[in-house]
Amino acid sequence: MTTEIQAPVPIPNALTEAFWQGAAEGQLVMQRCNACGHLQHPPEPICSACLSFDLGSAAVSGKGTVYTYCIPTQAFHPWFADKLPFVLAVVELDDQPGLKMITNIVDIDPEAVKVGDRVEVTFQPFSEGFFLPVFRPAAQ
Amino acid sequence: MNRMLQNAAVVGIGRTKYVRKSGRTTLAMAAEAARDALADCGLTPADVDGFTCFGTSGSATPSQVAHAIGVEDLGWSLSVSGGGNIVTSTVTGAATAVLSGQADVVIAYRVLGSDTRYGRAFGTIHAEGEGQFAAPHGYMVPPQWFSMYARRHQHEYGSTSEDLGAIAVQQRLHASANPHAIGRDPITIDDYMASRWICDPFRLFDCTYEVDGAVAIVITSAERAKDMPHAPVYVLGAADANRFGGSPYQWDDMTTMFSRDTAPKLWARTGLGPADIDVACMYDCFTFTVMATFEDFGFCDKGEVGDYFRAGRATYGGDVVVNPHGGLLSEGYIHGMNHHYEAVLQLRGDAENRQVQGAQTALVTSGAGPFGGALIYGTSQL
Repeated sequence: MTTEIQAPVPIPNALTEAFWQGAAEGQLVMQRCNACGHLQHPPEPICSACLSFDLGSAAVSGKGTVYTYCIPTQAFHPWFADKLPFVLAVVELDDQPGLKMITNIVDIDPEAVKVGDRVEVTFQPFSEGFFLPVFRPAAQ
Repeated sequence: MNRMLQNAAVVGIGRTKYVRKSGRTTLAMAAEAARDALADCGLTPADVDGFTCFGTSGSATPSQVAHAIGVEDLGWSLSVSGGGNIVTSTVTGAATAVLSGQADVVIAYRVLGSDTRYGRAFGTIHAEGEGQFAAPHGYMVPPQWFSMYARRHQHEYGSTSEDLGAIAVQQRLHASANPHAIGRDPITIDDYMASRWICDPFRLFDCTYEVDGAVAIVITSAERAKDMPHAPVYVLGAADANRFGGSPYQWDDMTTMFSRDTAPKLWARTGLGPADIDVACMYDCFTFTVMATFEDFGFCDKGEVGDYFRAGRATYGGDVVVNPHGGLLSEGYIHGMNHHYEAVLQLRGDAENRQVQGAQTALVTSGAGPFGGALIYGTSQL
């Protein structure tokens, strides 16, 4: 008996649905505090800057810098076996110092990626209506 | 300074064999380590009234292990949520229970069975919470989290693969003198460089050796410790630091780790410094964990760890002996509790052909990334 290998399934909640909705519409949307404007990712139930519970969301620039990255060469989960090697990265967004997200760097030879590379968001169809924000080298 | 902890001591140690696949339950292994730790200090289950462990989800709980070895009145037990980061808290929790009169004799243990392997993920992953922003991109396991730390360090400080390799080579050489270690065949830097990538910039020899096994230590008051068969090993001080809750990538400076916060607290509480340490059991889920924490504890400056190891300063005859047992990299991954076993063995002078001559102090760190702690053991109180 074989079991179909499934992609990891994101489970959105009230705090995160704006992110996934935005991604499906081609926009990088982050949680933003209505009281002080602080952006935070992943979303939290309270603003860590001003402790307000009045939280909303906002589209951000989608531009950033590769803070660091790695190249998995082993499938730590079977779904990634046919995707090796790929670039797993932390991108720091231009919109706020220290605003980081986990993502993939695409449209480039993994060996050519460097820390400090300028990148911009693009969206890849994932599973069941989900789109993943990934980054590619920024247009000059 | 606050040296209250030094009124507690480790008096007994026990462990199982460390093997790739034991075929044993976690309860059986934990019970064996607890039994042997008691035998080591001449106590019986009737003397024990406290048990603590961390990371117990899917593993043997304190009350199960206590019951298994016949402890009749478990007056204090604590199951601590967390992994390698929380080993220090677990041990100091036991010491604090003793010092506050909640228990007289506490066993702290960790057990890992074949069902627990942190370097793999299986089945359909329902990515809730922060995981929904990580798992779809493939961010799931520790080699990914901490290889990204290493990459950032390489970018900022010019550290190299050869520097990470120097740590792996040194620790494997230490393990070659340790019959309990699972990886005992010495490796060269060429072997390291030729080993396969796991997650670039980590190669095979950058990663810990996951095994089945258990370690238990017995903690009681310094007063009671005087009557035990072995010389007491005192808990001279400890410090923890856990912040940037959530994922390791949120840490603001990925060239450092928890030790950036832990080290100054530990030195301030004890009045000790790097030059006072004889043995350093550095938590080493990966080579880079040693690199970052070693810098944070002030043994050398940023970017100097590779040269430090290559110059022989981290081994016998050098400044401090780092992981004389081979560490998690080569002795095996008992989630850092085996570092406590080794520290006690060294401070008793019972480490046989890998004994650090005249060892009086041992630093034991635990954790990686933003989360972790450290304590110092000593042969005498400060």
